[in-house]
Amino acid sequence: MNSGNTKLYFYPLWLRIWHGINAIGIILLITTGISMQWGVENSFIEFQLAVNIHNISGVVLTLNYLLFFIGNIVTKNISFYLIKPKGFFKRLMKQAQYYAFGMFKGAPHPFPLSEKRKFNPLQKVSYVVIMYLFVPFVIISGFALLFPEIIIEQIYSLSGVLVTAVAHSAAGFLISIFLIIHLYVASIGKNPAENFKSIINGWHNIH
Amino acid sequence: MKKIKLLLLICSLLSSALLKAQTPYDDPKNHACLKCHSSQIISFLNEVTNTDQKRLMNPYYIMDTTAIRLGVHKSFDCTDCHSYDYTTYPHDGKLKLQPMSSCLDCHGGDPTYAQYQFERIDEEFKKSIHFQVSGDHFSCASCHNQHTYKPTARNSGSIEEIVAYSNSLCLSCHNDMNRYEMISGHENPKIVQIHEWLPNQELHFKNVRCIECHTEVTDTLMVSHNILKKEQAVRKCVECHNADSRLKASLYKYANLQSRSDSSSVKSIFTNQSYVIGAQQFPLLKKLSYIIFFMAIGAMLIHLIFRYLKK
Repeated sequence: MNSGNTKLYFYPLWLRIWHGINAIGIILLITTGISMQWGVENSFIEFQLAVNIHNISGVVLTLNYLLFFIGNIVTKNISFYLIKPKGFFKRLMKQAQYYAFGMFKGAPHPFPLSEKRKFNPLQKVSYVVIMYLFVPFVIISGFALLFPEIIIEQIYSLSGVLVTAVAHSAAGFLISIFLIIHLYVASIGKNPAENFKSIINGWHNIH
Repeated sequence: MKKIKLLLLICSLLSSALLKAQTPYDDPKNHACLKCHSSQIISFLNEVTNTDQKRLMNPYYIMDTTAIRLGVHKSFDCTDCHSYDYTTYPHDGKLKLQPMSSCLDCHGGDPTYAQYQFERIDEEFKKSIHFQVSGDHFSCASCHNQHTYKPTARNSGSIEEIVAYSNSLCLSCHNDMNRYEMISGHENPKIVQIHEWLPNQELHFKNVRCIECHTEVTDTLMVSHNILKKEQAVRKCVECHNADSRLKASLYKYANLQSRSDSSSVKSIFTNQSYVIGAQQFPLLKKLSYIIFFMAIGAMLIHLIFRYLKK
């Protein structure tokens, strides 16, 4: 156990740049996405403007995703995302129990962060699902909608574009929910602003 | 004896019913008109020189016998509309100059056709740019070929088929130098170039009828016939790309899609054939997304309260 404060350089510069671009881009995508979905009478952004912002942000974030994907492999940062199957659910439950009860009773962190462990098990699994499943899916379906002629015209009685569009918005919606939870969980710490400072300056305090 | 009479009666009724199902054009080679008008080459006796002669048929007078037999007027014979004098050959040259029957000659004022509102269509057409500019040079037949016309919008279940057929009517002139110039007196504008401002042009042309943007939508008429001036055509994306889309008042209304997209059933999501951003919203998915959203917010709020209390 660490007594007092230990500072670990958790987030290298390239990761922070990626995270910053991603944060701004995702917020733009969500806002314009909701605006387009609601149509003109409820839209808060002019339709064509929303389409343009959405398209540009989508392309920028796709390039940014490549930075994340390649950067993770090159810098070995990927090791923080690897999940060991043995005892997987047990670890998840342990972490969930800590968030639900333990932290209010002053129990110690079940998986204290260190140089070898950057994420707790719940964090890890949600990041993997979002970054390696949902984000690639919205990227692929997004590009398909940008070039609708490549989409299969008819899937049984369904329009291929319709299926792609609905799946794209559903995945986008779930990413938005992830973002809200991500922001909230980030506020859990010694003081609520601590983790937000870390992702900007790179240093993480271990208490 | 009575039995034989009854049998004969049944036979004659059956045969007349069978004959009714057929069209006068089933055997073009033996049809008085089609034996020439469905062929590239005609042979006839030149009475001046008294010799048998062969000529090429004017291609505009060659009838597509398959299309006629699928057309809406398939049960009528040629001379039901064309002068009976055409039954003699060579045809009298003056016959060409006789006025043709117009659609309303049959369809107007007849209660049988009341549901199709031909008089209203005529009123709308008289307001349209086609009639305003070309006057009597433009008639129903300019777009609706009486020989081969099919009421696709009314009968087809496939939006793509309705769109393709409807657009082919417009393109029969707007994409044909000669036909366009014959009616308008000037060259036709290039469709692709003048629509260059439209994003995803090819996709729009395949899935949206020209008349969707180029007519004044009337809710009570199945197909609007008031074709507007090009300056009045829809150019705003949001006219279609919103929940109150004008498409719902025209094309999709008759494909019975409006009622489906208004209902909250899962079926509404899975029976749509087309998709327009912003125009299609699924109440079920909307509700589900609200539930997930508020559950997440609720859980966080409760957690936050406990964090505050246990501080």
